[in-house]
Amino acid sequence: MSERAQRLLEIADDELVLGWRDSEWTGIAPFLEEDVAFSSIAQNEIGHARALYELAARDLDTTADELAFDRAPEEYRCAPFVELRLLDWADTIARRVLYEAADTIRLEALKADPDPELAGLAAKMDREEVYHRLHAEMWADRLRDEPRFRAAVDSLWGQALGVLEGELATVLADRMPAQLGWTPAQAAPAPRNGHSDGFRALWDEMTMVRRSIPGASW
Amino acid sequence: MIYEVFRQERKGQAFQHAGSITAPDDAFAEAYAREQYGRRQESVALWLVPRAALRHVSDFPDELQKSYHRVDGYSLKAKLKEARERAGTAAPRDR
Repeated sequence: MSERAQRLLEIADDELVLGWRDSEWTGIAPFLEEDVAFSSIAQNEIGHARALYELAARDLDTTADELAFDRAPEEYRCAPFVELRLLDWADTIARRVLYEAADTIRLEALKADPDPELAGLAAKMDREEVYHRLHAEMWADRLRDEPRFRAAVDSLWGQALGVLEGELATVLADRMPAQLGWTPAQAAPAPRNGHSDGFRALWDEMTMVRRSIPGASW
Repeated sequence: MIYEVFRQERKGQAFQHAGSITAPDDAFAEAYAREQYGRRQESVALWLVPRAALRHVSDFPDELQKSYHRVDGYSLKAKLKEARERAGTAAPRDR
């Protein structure tokens, strides 16, 4: 697999799986307006995944749907961070805040990529991400001094660092304290190899309908 | 806080009341209104107005039935008929 396809799949899998996890809040978010907004943002992330899969699919001579739903669990390249099944709203918001911060850095790098297709898609995604970021930052501002939120950020910090590699992870570590108003507790980055315990169950559910009639045209 | 949301479907068109949203402040109101009234490209612009900023006006008494203020209070058909009879001219369709 080309390096470009691998890179695209990493980001696409992150967006698909996080979109999937966040969509689990549909109908049970803390209040109605947030429920609608949060679900809409989750759908947006899945839309970004689709665009990334389409580009990768061209390189790999397949389709976006096959990449999204027909791979074996171990073939997914997402970071364990996006796989976590978070049942607490503080954890969920902390993940959104940390993921948006990491994704911003990743998109900045991608927008500057010499590959015009990558850079172009990154610019398109970035224009939508602006509003995801606003949403995350508003919550972060509001919860800044809440012990539950701080504990959630601390517990997820190492996982969040694992979304990015090398220099980009350093940028995240440098930026986050200013954005949060405090420094998260030191944590080792969780690497992007292997999956968290809950991933298999997520994969089962996510691909269930498609696997129910293999080869069907939906 | 409740915000009334008005949306503009196309540039140049009048804003129309779309509904309302509940949000703790202007910033959240904007985020929620965007997702609820803009995510399907159904709006080109929104106005968000805190409900408290709206001045509600209602109750327009018309105790004396001053129907001449209204278009339907002045029956043109009857007046025309009378005028035609006085002038001795028929209605256009009868000519």
